Amino acid sequence: MCLAIPARVVSLDGAMAKVEVAGVTRTASTHLLEGVQVGDYLLIHAGFALSRVDDQEAQETLRLLEQMGELEPGALG
Amino acid sequence: MDHSVHRPSGTEVLLAHGSGGRSMHQLVDGLIIPHLNNPLLARMDDQAVLDISGVRLGFTTDSFVVDPLFFPGGDIGALAVNGTVNDLAMGGARPLYLSLALILEEGFALAELERILLSIRGAAEACGVQIVTGDTKVVHRGSADKLFINTAGVGVIAGETRITCSGAAVGDRILLSGTLGDHGMAIMSRREGFQFEAPIESDTAPLWSLVEAMLAAAPGAIHAMRDPTRGGLASAVNEIAQHSAVGMRLQEQAIPVREPVRGACEMLGLDPLYVANEGKLIALVHPAHAERVLAAAQSHPLGRDARLIGTVVEDAEHLVVLDTAFGGSRIVDLLAGDPLPRIC
Amino acid sequence: MKYMDEFRDPVLARRLVGEIRELARKPVRIMEICGGHTAVIFKYGIHKMVPPQIEFIHGPGCPVCVSPREKVDLAIQLAWQDNVILTTFADMIRVPGSRSSLQHEQARGADVRMVYSSLDALEIARANPQRHVVFFAIGFETTAPTNAMAVLLARERGLTNFSIFSNHVTVPPAVRAILDAPEVRLDAFIAPGHVSLVTGNRIYRFIPREYGKAVVTSGFEPLDLLQSTLMILRQLRDGRPTVENQYRRAVTEQGNLRAQAAVRTVFEPCDMSWRGLGIIPGSGLKVRAAFAEHDAERRFTLEPPAASKDPKACECGDILRGLKSPWDCRVFGTACTPEKPLGACMVSSEGACAAYYHYGRQWAATG
Repeated sequence: MCLAIPARVVSLDGAMAKVEVAGVTRTASTHLLEGVQVGDYLLIHAGFALSRVDDQEAQETLRLLEQMGELEPGALG
Repeated sequence: MDHSVHRPSGTEVLLAHGSGGRSMHQLVDGLIIPHLNNPLLARMDDQAVLDISGVRLGFTTDSFVVDPLFFPGGDIGALAVNGTVNDLAMGGARPLYLSLALILEEGFALAELERILLSIRGAAEACGVQIVTGDTKVVHRGSADKLFINTAGVGVIAGETRITCSGAAVGDRILLSGTLGDHGMAIMSRREGFQFEAPIESDTAPLWSLVEAMLAAAPGAIHAMRDPTRGGLASAVNEIAQHSAVGMRLQEQAIPVREPVRGACEMLGLDPLYVANEGKLIALVHPAHAERVLAAAQSHPLGRDARLIGTVVEDAEHLVVLDTAFGGSRIVDLLAGDPLPRIC
Repeated sequence: MKYMDEFRDPVLARRLVGEIRELARKPVRIMEICGGHTAVIFKYGIHKMVPPQIEFIHGPGCPVCVSPREKVDLAIQLAWQDNVILTTFADMIRVPGSRSSLQHEQARGADVRMVYSSLDALEIARANPQRHVVFFAIGFETTAPTNAMAVLLARERGLTNFSIFSNHVTVPPAVRAILDAPEVRLDAFIAPGHVSLVTGNRIYRFIPREYGKAVVTSGFEPLDLLQSTLMILRQLRDGRPTVENQYRRAVTEQGNLRAQAAVRTVFEPCDMSWRGLGIIPGSGLKVRAAFAEHDAERRFTLEPPAASKDPKACECGDILRGLKSPWDCRVFGTACTPEKPLGACMVSSEGACAAYYHYGRQWAATG
């Protein structure tokens, strides 16, 4: 189930956002999220934003992957 | 893979029967062909190759029922000319003459018809074909979706050129002339219920001059060609694999897809391999000449993004396998029907 | 494409596979619950990248697959009600009911329209005040809030010509049903990352606590799945089953409270029949009485469709529970194919059998 794509907020119009992926834009609802701002990356499912993408966590995850092999056991938990 | 011919189940025609995938093959191979069969038809190429008093002609027909009629990069008129021209080109035939049959729905706007006719004229002029005969019918409101067009085309095949769906040989390299998915996603961007904004345009274009350049680069080196229209690249390679009784190995990294097309496909849950193209071709080329043919394609305006994307291999099951950019691999199968957007 | 391409990096993939190889000593059976995860595993060939000791068991997290045929029959009835426009996600349009499908009925003249979002259905209702728009609302916890929102907006905007046909299912009861079965052959779960956007990670805590199985909540890019697999192997090695969150860039412990509130406002739990698994108590969502005017089953009088059972030859129940693989099923690929599916697992491209059929058939001999 559950196709949800990270898309960037280009503009806001009330509770509707214009979001962009690779140059493609579509409207999406932000009714289910608070405090959405232009520039945020949101996960869009069936035309609704369900969550933000936390860039710090994303970079941290990638960093963990890049450092693989040097970690203490359990460090990923 | 199941090669046996099955009649379609059920008692009615379904939309899936027209989609270019497995269901369409059932309708055509299981119901239509058995009633009409003859050796020329049995070859099942994009066009029939006729030998009339020593002159070899390509002969083909295609109908166009696209909705919406006008889309970014083109309209049904351009498709109607280029589609048939390309079917001829895929058999190595220089397109010369087209017929044009129109089925018009009562109430269809004359201004739109005129726009489409101008488009048809422009497309025909662009590739040097003449429309020499035609027909016009009008049906009651509701009996056709605004406009249906059929074109049939005739072209000449030079010398010993033999390019057929069953001609691929183990070892052949697979050439793709450019980016995938532009046409299908241009249509989808205007489709009610799924609209989006994107810098995506249909790639509809007449391919004969590109084919001519490729043929000239290495005469006899091209064994098979197909344009990946409905059903996308996946359908085209599977059809060649089945008719030539071979397998194929494709490299995902080599397959060009424009960023906005990737983005639109991700958003809607579609796979670019299955999305329609109207100005691209795949050619199966003898390995000794593949680089030369590729260079010729890349020198042509319609082949700038051409790539060698894979190789023909031995495979008793005639499977097409894709090595993914990620590192794993999977089968590229024929779909039952048109790929549809999904939320799951 | 940001937050997608980085998580498809083949160099990082190779490193992860290397780490996984180090840890995969004995056989491990991991159920990925979500059909979306099944699709990613097959699309990227992940099940063949990991060592053979690791087996992915494809769980029932495919709302299309587990939807009983009667639901499609009811949707078809709704489509034929006077003045109704039946709107649906494209996922459901070709799913066969007992006799027909929505696409087939569309071809016969029923006004059936595909939409990308429940908001599109709402817009069709606004634009067609003389017609009644029914939205075929399917999905897990990911989609339920979006459908709930459509109902709340319809009420707010006074769109009385809009109702939903609710077919929502929830994950925890299904997982319990699988773990309570007499035979369980699973070591760990990959939990659905997008359900978790809404519910939060906490809903899986009962799995290690009550059943001693490891859980990792995973994102949907191929690196996410590989990393989640590694995290599971480490839990198993250390003998410390717990719930871990691999999808930290999007999933939190508590989830999306607003979305949860919308669901609670509009829906209440109910028993639901899952194709292949039978009735699972409390595993569905129905529209509350307070929103009756937006509940299609209350707005229209429908004939209860004849209950249909899958043919005896169908082994989906065992496959959905992870007791059998598609290769083990006698009718896989022969009597049961994507064109004529006999059971849940073949119905949608995310069902285990459909995925094997499309993406992995050539490995049937080696399994």
